[in-house]
Amino acid sequence: MPPRIDIEKCDGCKAQEEPLCEQVCPGGLMSLGENMKAYCRQLRDCWDCMACVKICPVGAIETRVPYQLGYHVAKLIPMMGTDTVTWTCQDINGKVERFKYRNRNDAE
Amino acid sequence: MAKKLPDNIDEIQTEVIETDLLIVGGGNAGCFSAIEGKKINPDLKVTIMEKAHISRSGATAAGMDAINTYIPEGKTPEDLVRWSRSQVGGGPIREDLALSNAKELNQAVDDLEAWGLPIVKNEDGTFKYRGAWDISIHGEQLKPIMAEKAIEVGAEVYNRVVATSLLMDGERCVGAMGFGVKDGKFYVFRAKAVIISTGGACGLYKSYTSDATNSHHQTWMCPFNVGTGYAVGIRQEAEMTSMEQRWVATRTKDHCGPVDTISVGYKSAIINAKGDRILQKHYAHLGGDKAPRYIRANAPMEEWLAGRGPTFVDTTHLSPEEVKELKIDYLNERPTFVLFLASRGQDITKDPIEIYGSDPYIVGGHTQSGYWVDLERMTTIPGLFAAGETAGGSPNKFVGGCAAEGKLATRGAINYISSVSLPELDSKQVGQEKERVFAPLLRGPEFDGVSPLEMEERMQRLMDEYAGGTSQFYRTNEERLDYALKHLKMLQSQVIYLYAKDLHDLMNAHEVIDRLDVAEVLTHHLKFRKETRWQGWQTRSDYPEINPEFDCFVESRRNKETGEIEAFTRPYEQIVSGDRYKP
Ligand SMILES: Cc1cc2nc3c(=O)[nH]c(=O)nc-3n(C[C@H](O)[C@H](O)[C@H](O)COP(=O)(O)OP(=O)(O)OC[C@H]3O[C@@H](n4cnc5c(N)ncnc54)[C@H](O)[C@@H]3O)c2cc1C
Ligand code: SF4
Ligand code: SF4
Repeated sequence: MPPRIDIEKCDGCKAQEEPLCEQVCPGGLMSLGENMKAYCRQLRDCWDCMACVKICPVGAIETRVPYQLGYHVAKLIPMMGTDTVTWTCQDINGKVERFKYRNRNDAE
Repeated sequence: MAKKLPDNIDEIQTEVIETDLLIVGGGNAGCFSAIEGKKINPDLKVTIMEKAHISRSGATAAGMDAINTYIPEGKTPEDLVRWSRSQVGGGPIREDLALSNAKELNQAVDDLEAWGLPIVKNEDGTFKYRGAWDISIHGEQLKPIMAEKAIEVGAEVYNRVVATSLLMDGERCVGAMGFGVKDGKFYVFRAKAVIISTGGACGLYKSYTSDATNSHHQTWMCPFNVGTGYAVGIRQEAEMTSMEQRWVATRTKDHCGPVDTISVGYKSAIINAKGDRILQKHYAHLGGDKAPRYIRANAPMEEWLAGRGPTFVDTTHLSPEEVKELKIDYLNERPTFVLFLASRGQDITKDPIEIYGSDPYIVGGHTQSGYWVDLERMTTIPGLFAAGETAGGSPNKFVGGCAAEGKLATRGAINYISSVSLPELDSKQVGQEKERVFAPLLRGPEFDGVSPLEMEERMQRLMDEYAGGTSQFYRTNEERLDYALKHLKMLQSQVIYLYAKDLHDLMNAHEVIDRLDVAEVLTHHLKFRKETRWQGWQTRSDYPEINPEFDCFVESRRNKETGEIEAFTRPYEQIVSGDRYKP
């Protein structure tokens, strides 16, 4: 299930040495193109772990279900807080669900 | 951005790093190894060599919703070993290893909680159990939490460095080599002891969704763990154990996500097209819903084969609150399953969740394939230790057990370090490996060869059809295994035609080279075990019954001189009392 990048939103992580999505991809799939926008070098190789989606500071990345597996168009959008995460999911019929929970406690 | 590629080997910089303890693979086990090393001796130099970035790498990259093993009050480590043994049909398992892991397990999980991992609790503050041994967590941040701790204690981390081989001094392991997939350098790590913790092997077999557009990696196991940890040892004549015991699991159909969350966590029965409760109907004599793991994994596929598919986990009894909790569990572990359900517009209280068998994996933290190790977790190569999915002999380790084993391997390595020193660097060996590693990148633009992807797809189809993949309902026989071995040898002989267009492609080239070596060993193991002991995990259609003569471990070594794989057996030793077949 490959990432889909909104190049209007992506700011290339403001020329940081290594953009965040590139840093976290466990398969090393994300990179910056000549245009300083992120791209996934091999859509078929994505493991849909959503690490890149979660870390993008401007919400430029979305995971898409390939059409052979699922219908058009469902969305799952995470919002990362410091110790909580909120997910919004919209199904193909427009039904929206929201999930919010704590993903970190303070270390002892 | 694209880096200028080298034209010849001399343009490639070699970086040599000296350390005390080298950890290859900074995943779940690897992070715990590093943290333990620094805890025992803050002056010890601990270095992690990691293919990805330790903040999100390996099996736990997406997060976790449970810790599959934590010993509850009133139960003992021996009880856990009994359960683990019964899950693999009475073994044989390495009970010495399983017991030492079990004794260390709870502390490792308590560490995680202390570092900030949210563990779901009952009202009285005790951990909330999902089944008999597994506790629920909100583990979306599990990997970053482990990684941050490893960095905090002072481990030196080399991210984006792909290990390709061990550095040897005669019979002894004195480090590892590899290349930087971003910086293009060749890396030589010299170490007094090495822990190999690169996780399991995914992608040896074709996954049934791999032909779908953009779903080549719709696999349950992390597809970036390709079995390099096994391959580097195989090439140095390390003894491997139980490589025929593949991990095949029931997974969500067309998505390949975990199913235990639903079937165990929400007491949802596995049913076939007719609504029959499969396990109770056909496997009551083996324990029904509590049948050994391989039976539960294989049962849905047997229904498909018998014409009674599709198969489901029946979620139609769930309340809206339970559905919400279930989805939160997935968001913590494999978030795209929630997206997948949305893409089908599916209400799981009306339409149950469809399930199917996964492609087979080699994962020694689930089944028991991997390096033969001693109690200190040292492999048969002095100086080389294994932890987590790479270490064989003790199944059902999962998150907690892999963490515990990471600690145990470090203790073993530190004992070993006290009696050794670093030998001089063997520059001939370094030069040869550098040439081997970069060869696919230096073949020139005119080269008429084979891409890593082409070779990978050939291998995956071969393994699927001849060595018992999903399309064959996991069955194989002598003739098919011989066919697979013949073609694996042909593929290995064609590695000289592999070319890489860039550094990422070079990583993919080495991934297929490593997978071929693991696939060959695994196929030899399947051939040696002329019986069917663990249906699905290991099914021989020409030997469909258990043969008591094989109540032992199947082992192998790849002879360095001849390149041949020599298989042999080791006896099973029961250490923990009780009926082997009962938990
Ligand atoms: C989807 C999924 C769900 C799971 N759910 C649960 C659960 O709910 N509860 C539970 O207890 N267990 C669960 N498990 C199992 C558990 O996650 C694993 O058993 C465990 O995390 C493995 O730890 P490891 O350290 O051996 O491997 P990993 O954590 O995978 O670490 C391997 C590391 O090695 C690196 N590496 C690989 N190759 C190289 C190389 N050539 N050079 C350098 N580095 C390399 C990888 O990038 C990675 O960082 C699940 C696994 C998966 C895949
Ligand atoms: S993390 Fe987001 S903003 Fe940064 S490079 Fe990637 S897509 Fe662009
Ligand atoms: S979803 Fe995961 S595997 Fe896919 S591109 Fe993003 S980080 Fe990489």
